Amino acid sequence: MKINNVILRTVTRIVVYIILTLAVYLFLAGHNNPGGGFIGGLVLSSAFVLLFIVFDIETIEKAIPFDFKKVAALGAFLAVGTGFGAFVFDVPFLTQAFGYFNLPFFGEVELTTVTIFELGVALVVVGVVVTIILSISEDV
Amino acid sequence: MNNLLVLPMALPVLAGIILIFFRNQIKLQRGISLGVSFANIGIAIYLLNRIQEEGILRLDFGGWEPPFGILFVADSFSVILVLITSIVAAICLLYAFSSIGKSHEKMLFYSFVNFLIAGVNGSFLTGDLFNLYVNFEVMLLASYVLIALGGKKIQLRESIKYVVINVLSSWFFLIAIAYLYGSVGTLNMAHISERIAESGQTPLLTGISMVFLTVFALKSGLLLYFWLPGSYSVPPTAVAALFGALLTKVGIYAIIRVFTLFFYHDPDFTHTIIGILAGVSLIGGSIGAVAYKDIRQIVSYNVVIGVGFILIGLSVGTQAALEGSIYYLMHDMIVKALLFLLAGTMIKVAGSASMDEMSGLIRNYPLFGWLFFIVMISLAGMPPLSGFIGKVLIGQGTVETGSYVLLALAFLSSIVVLYSLLRIFLNCFWGETMISFEDEVPMKMGWLIPCVLLSAATIGLGLGTEVFAPYVSDAANTLLNPQIYIDAILYDK
Repeated sequence: MKINNVILRTVTRIVVYIILTLAVYLFLAGHNNPGGGFIGGLVLSSAFVLLFIVFDIETIEKAIPFDFKKVAALGAFLAVGTGFGAFVFDVPFLTQAFGYFNLPFFGEVELTTVTIFELGVALVVVGVVVTIILSISEDV
Repeated sequence: MNNLLVLPMALPVLAGIILIFFRNQIKLQRGISLGVSFANIGIAIYLLNRIQEEGILRLDFGGWEPPFGILFVADSFSVILVLITSIVAAICLLYAFSSIGKSHEKMLFYSFVNFLIAGVNGSFLTGDLFNLYVNFEVMLLASYVLIALGGKKIQLRESIKYVVINVLSSWFFLIAIAYLYGSVGTLNMAHISERIAESGQTPLLTGISMVFLTVFALKSGLLLYFWLPGSYSVPPTAVAALFGALLTKVGIYAIIRVFTLFFYHDPDFTHTIIGILAGVSLIGGSIGAVAYKDIRQIVSYNVVIGVGFILIGLSVGTQAALEGSIYYLMHDMIVKALLFLLAGTMIKVAGSASMDEMSGLIRNYPLFGWLFFIVMISLAGMPPLSGFIGKVLIGQGTVETGSYVLLALAFLSSIVVLYSLLRIFLNCFWGETMISFEDEVPMKMGWLIPCVLLSAATIGLGLGTEVFAPYVSDAANTLLNPQIYIDAILYDK
């Protein structure tokens, strides 16, 4: 019997965008408010997990064609890479740099290299969580 | 700027991450891994010589001065260990190239070896207690994967035991750190040491030191070694050699560091207990080493004997004894790697791990047989080889302080080591050969060359004791005088 879960699918289509927005908000808020790379990544991956549960894995893998192991590796590379920037600028390992920039629309914003590190953390979390979920859901 | 200090940990991490992207290019994986190990050897040698001239080096991450930030500290003791780790890692990688097999290599084997080395090097170099915990976890997570990789039934069984026991001991480690942080209010190692010296080592702090001792004893197989023989006999040979050479040594390093830097005010209690534990693990390891006919079990129990022997030096705690411990630690890392590689190769060519089922191997593989002879006399402590000087110095230390029981146990255990390996040598290498020349497994050069290199290293370490003497005595001196360490971290602006 084919289950007709049209309500679940319709709700998910809307809710996923709310979750994704919340994830980005949490990620960017991390510097001055509760949030940051880890929790942002976790919320982001919960959106992916919801999609995998509601639709089937093949459909989503077609829609989001990433190898999530490599996403995790890319994140780790970004995080370690910000450390290695220290060798280029001749400062102690993992020193952060920040500056104030006038962006159009946003006004004056503080941009720091910690954000790149946190982006790495978020990508690692997303990659690891989705890899775990996909691996244990596979038939052996 | 001492950014060089972070490279022994950061380079393997970076290499491990990059290798994930090149999962199927095996040649590239091998090249990068080996290159990183060689780079680390070079860095360690350079740092050793700089420490001789400039004293202890430190790197404050992010420019935060101690005690507020995390830092890496390079004193002679840690850099000697980093050097030996890199040498052993390079040689074990060489062995892995021709033995580990394609299926392992494609499952990110080299990435995890790199992460393991990063964790080990980070543990040796860090100057922050919680960072030590994190590095332990980096090392342990990689070792969980390496022990289970391959997915044989026995590997899964032993890896469950290994993971459970290590999760438990890591949890104890966290609790011990929490207690200590609650008592002294800092996590920087030099600052902890200073705070403890100011307040005196109260009974509470001595109690905390016992929690630390339990944790590190579980990690290093000091008395609490029940998990060790099983776990170390299931992974592939190259991995077992890395484990036997490196993992328990990190626990030993942590015990030595903690009990020379923090808890050195009440040695009558703490160091006596370490001495008792070391003595009992010598006895237990000796019984295990003569009790089994499975080569892997005998070799694993030899690791336990080595741990007990090194910690006798700490328990005695004189300059000579600590120097002996450091020499023996260096020797033990090299020789245990060699012993595991030889045992694994024997099992591969004979098709069985039982002593009863092989004999006369020296007829088929003469060079291989004599390599085993070298490792045997080196472990027993024959003079031209590397085990000798460590044993003599530890013996001298025990005589100086009148700990004759430990002296007797230490030297009796040497005889047991010799006996247990001589039994393998006589049963497996001598006698009528059981492999005809037609169906013998050809000895690959890739198996033999790493063993030859390690044998050369043990001979070199034995003959070149004079070369290492200034570094080792500097290391022992720093361990005995924590004030040197504290001054270099907290008061050297």
